[in-house]
Amino acid sequence: MSIRFWPAPLLAAALFTACSDPAASPPARLPILGERDVRPNPNGGPADTVFTTAPAFRALDQAGQTVTNQTFAGRAYITDFFFATCPGICPKMQGELLKVFKPYAADPRLGFVSFTIDPAHDSLPVLRDYAQRLGVADPARWHFVTTGRSAAARDSVFGLAKGFFTAAQPDKTAPGGFAHNGTFALVDDQGHVRGLYDSLNPAEVARLQKELPALLAEIAARRPSATAAK
Amino acid sequence: MNGRRFGLGALGVAAALSLPGCFSNNRHQGARLYAEACAGCHGDAGQGLGRLIPPLAGADYLAAHRAELPCLLRRGVHGPLTVNGVLYNQVMPAARVDDRQLSPARLTNLLNYIENNWGNHAPARTIQEVERQLAGCPTAPADK
Ligand code: HEC
Repeated sequence: MSIRFWPAPLLAAALFTACSDPAASPPARLPILGERDVRPNPNGGPADTVFTTAPAFRALDQAGQTVTNQTFAGRAYITDFFFATCPGICPKMQGELLKVFKPYAADPRLGFVSFTIDPAHDSLPVLRDYAQRLGVADPARWHFVTTGRSAAARDSVFGLAKGFFTAAQPDKTAPGGFAHNGTFALVDDQGHVRGLYDSLNPAEVARLQKELPALLAEIAARRPSATAAK
Repeated sequence: MNGRRFGLGALGVAAALSLPGCFSNNRHQGARLYAEACAGCHGDAGQGLGRLIPPLAGADYLAAHRAELPCLLRRGVHGPLTVNGVLYNQVMPAARVDDRQLSPARLTNLLNYIENNWGNHAPARTIQEVERQLAGCPTAPADK
């Protein structure tokens, strides 16, 4: 029922990169996950490291609003992949994300988005009902989104899942017809994936809860206006 | 199918060391089956999940539908169903562990566990009783 393309912590360790100036980054700083590219600096200085950002997406949420990467511009957000009729890991996964969500339910610094991997079934009314039943009253705080019902749109969600480090694919032998794992991806204000957490492991969920404030502080520090306003 | 099983997994052993002696091994089996097959949806403490998954802890449904529960677990359930005044309408798959349906003995232990935990109280079920109730399932698949 749950498949994995790679163990997230291993990946994180393998891709963790020290900054060129270690003194500038406090130890609590979260790594940037994913592929990176080192580009020689044409001016002869130190090479630039270019990190992959989270994939571009455009989807509709339970309120019929368009949700894109821009929706979370300048903010952090957490993604996961689910489907409304999922008999396997989803209830556990969404229950865990609900725990993470609650303290931030009214905190605009952090967004939440759950992509359905079964757009053929999960229409907007289904997503709306699901969100309400889970206990998420405000669609703008936690978006339950569909990439659309066309065949191409349906397939695009699997590519998206991959971009957010979640293994998801149709599988007739899996409960509910889809094999997927329950990864939460934490994305920063610049679109970098900064943390991956296995929702089925309580220690991983606790780690997410612990690491969130560090990322939010880092983002706040990048926005002088925000600190000046205090 | 053999009526009883005393094989204890790691959880059972831990439980045996930490729980008072009045609990039988069957009770451990019920707890283990619950953790394996049910807790992912109904929660570690039978609390359910919002209005998506009904609770088992303090659920009026258990007493009101006592005789139907073996069939409900064996067959799964879907469609509108009310627990403690809240209407649920999702799908619960048939109970399976290790890709096999549960024997009457295991169903008995599992039901005794959920019906006498988290503040729930109900008379103990016997395997014979559960077997009889399974025989009355709408279209019970052969289970021997
Ligand atoms: C995939 C999630 C899932 C799993 C796994 C699951 N259930 Fe359920 N259960 C549900 C849902 C959803 C309902 C309500 C179904 C409906 O709306 O028709 C339900 C209903 C019930 C009910 C009747 C309503 C109530 O709350 O009293 C009982 C009893 C029950 N489940 C026990 C179990 C037991 C015991 C197991 C383990 C063998 C189990 N369930 C496994 C999702 C699940």
